[in-house]
Amino acid sequence: MGGFFKSSIGRKVAMALSAFFLMFFLVQHLSINILSVFNPDLFNEVSHFMGTNPLVQFLLQPVLIFGVVFHFVMGFILELKNNTARKVSYVKTNGASNSTWMSRNMIYSGIAILAFIILHFIDFWFPEINTKFINGDWSGTMEGVEGFRYHEELTHKFHSHTRTIAYVIAFVFLALHLLHGFTSAFQSMGGTAGRKKTLQNIGKAYSIIIPIGFIFVALYHHLKYVLE
Amino acid sequence: MKLTLKIWRQKSANDQGKIVDYKLDNVSADMSFLEMLDVLNQDLIDKDEEPIAFDHDCREGICGSCSMFINGRAHGPDRAITVCQLHMRSFKDGDTIYIEPWRATAFPVIKDLIVDRSAFDRIQQAGGFISVNTSGNTQDANATLISKQAADTAMDAATCIGCGACVATCKNSSAMLFVGAKVSQYALLPQGQIEAADRVKNMVAQMDLEGFGNCTNTGACEVECPKGISLDNIARMNRELMKASI
Repeated sequence: MGGFFKSSIGRKVAMALSAFFLMFFLVQHLSINILSVFNPDLFNEVSHFMGTNPLVQFLLQPVLIFGVVFHFVMGFILELKNNTARKVSYVKTNGASNSTWMSRNMIYSGIAILAFIILHFIDFWFPEINTKFINGDWSGTMEGVEGFRYHEELTHKFHSHTRTIAYVIAFVFLALHLLHGFTSAFQSMGGTAGRKKTLQNIGKAYSIIIPIGFIFVALYHHLKYVLE
Repeated sequence: MKLTLKIWRQKSANDQGKIVDYKLDNVSADMSFLEMLDVLNQDLIDKDEEPIAFDHDCREGICGSCSMFINGRAHGPDRAITVCQLHMRSFKDGDTIYIEPWRATAFPVIKDLIVDRSAFDRIQQAGGFISVNTSGNTQDANATLISKQAADTAMDAATCIGCGACVATCKNSSAMLFVGAKVSQYALLPQGQIEAADRVKNMVAQMDLEGFGNCTNTGACEVECPKGISLDNIARMNRELMKASI
């Protein structure tokens, strides 16, 4: 089996498996984020649970980080290998005649998402790690905030026009990445179902609904701040 | 019609190569693309210039040797054809046409528009066959019953002519449609089962060794394949390799 993952097909399968994991994570992440709009108290409760539960913190979180890092690193490794497979480029190409823009530019949508993840980590993950693991404060509270701090921290981040715009643009790139990635993952796993209309439609719906959900949360909190 | 041709000229494998412009008048819309190149070559010969080297054999869409990338597409603008099946009626008077050889590290240019596709031969030799007794007591092919669906799907895969358009058009220079077709044509038939695991492992290993890129499922190969080989064959190859590796 070790030899399998060294082969070109094995690497495709590994990319697909990490993609499935990340697509499942996106659903879970959006489900919690959307609570910040409709039920801030519940959002705080769930965030505190996710932020302090040992299973989530010490098992699921490392697995998630591994999944994210693996997907990016393997994506870059495959891109570099693919570039060496054609050292002399064509003078004239017409990729649009036989494939979608999304399928040909996964590396660029991926780089945009990577840039977003770095921003997202600076915004939320690094401060969270600092509070809990450096300062040892697992209370989930902060001075001047009644109850848990998570909703306040989230809404505060979306006061900025620039950050809100950056988040919206990043989610558009996420949609473009998913529009090819969803069915591509099924194809890589050996499933011809990825070529059937039903799964293609599910893929399109997923690729649009998930990013729009994230955009909705960002815009809601930004507009709420601006209009208040 | 009058055409401006921008053709890749390269004296040898070690030459740098460049695009050279040619003007060609009186091109008939009824000519095939290769006939148009024949006319151009006759002009060049008449002018004591080196004719353009290009591969061709059957001129009826089955040999798969005409490895030309025309106006940014493998085998030119039409669907499901090779270059000999491309006719000048697909172009307009005054058009500029770019003609380049296949571009892939695994398909080095030999001269002008001719590329070395022997990497495909080596992949075939790694496992694209079945071992049968040919010492005079060969079994009747009809003795083994095969469902029509399996036979038809295997035949669809077997129509691959190994032209390399899939590699040429793939942004990653991946050979997975070719290898997928060759794996599939045996994987679907009872005769192919005995060597199935070794076949897929050896063919994929050889494909990787030759320096082809990774498939990212853009689907460009399926669109440009002159024989309409389906992406399903790549999925089947993936399944076969997973099955063989577990």
